[in-house]
Amino acid sequence: MNSIKFLWAAYIATWLIHGLYLGGIARRYKRLRQQMKDLNGK
Amino acid sequence: MKRAFPILAVLTAALLAYGTYQALVVAPTERTMGDVQRIFYYHVPSAWTAFCLFFVNLVASIAYLIRKNPKADALAVSSAEVGVVFCTVVLITGPIWARPVWGIWWTWDVRLTSTLVLWLIYVSYLVLRRFSDSAQTPVLAAVLAIFGALDVPLVYFSIWFFRTQHPQPVIGGGGSLDPRMLHIFLLNLFTFSCFGAMVCWWRYRLEWLQREVDEAQALESLMGEDGPGVSARAGARLGKISASKISGKPGPQ
Repeated sequence: MNSIKFLWAAYIATWLIHGLYLGGIARRYKRLRQQMKDLNGK
Repeated sequence: MKRAFPILAVLTAALLAYGTYQALVVAPTERTMGDVQRIFYYHVPSAWTAFCLFFVNLVASIAYLIRKNPKADALAVSSAEVGVVFCTVVLITGPIWARPVWGIWWTWDVRLTSTLVLWLIYVSYLVLRRFSDSAQTPVLAAVLAIFGALDVPLVYFSIWFFRTQHPQPVIGGGGSLDPRMLHIFLLNLFTFSCFGAMVCWWRYRLEWLQREVDEAQALESLMGEDGPGVSARAGARLGKISASKISGKPGPQ
């Protein structure tokens, strides 16, 4: 059974999902920090 | 606690790397399924972590309904979102594992279907949180979360009570596991639990920051529209929120 490609597919899918989600959180966090700084500067 | 976050994040990343190495390289190859069985080391821990996060969501939702504490509400929405991410991993890695082993990607048996329903319930919860502006949204979402959590035991026990394509649980299900596999499985269970907790913590901080920015923007618009008395009070409050974010101390609620 050539199952190694399924193993890699599952592994890549897992870390792609987590990576995209963590990247999304990081972007939102950065944007909010900037908004808070702007509000403080006004 | 804020200073501990980067240290714990690095430790969790190191644990994840070690757990992945153990799962992909060190763990013995299963006799009948071959290498694809190694999906087990992140499929099952992902499911476990999703269940734990949905349990946190349940407790936080009940706490919110009883005490109306905004921190409980923020924790509820954070744990639900991260739980959905882990549940998505389960729903994607499951079919990838099933295809070479069962010969099919998906079957509508109780375990798989109840997991899909669980995912849909929590996606509905997040859609409700995202698109409803009503003041009653947190209450409605908390009630939905309590009903959603009822599906978790159904997912877990479905393979005990119904005939299903899905294998029986490894621990407590009458099956046996090579001690080396069990050791690596428990390591990954712990690692994914830590990872889930860290992501949930980070998401909680984001949720809290979002609420403070919303509050600050609302106060700023008040300062522009109302008289000098309101402006002075709003200005003082806005200053407190901004100072709390810069100093890292918790802001006013």
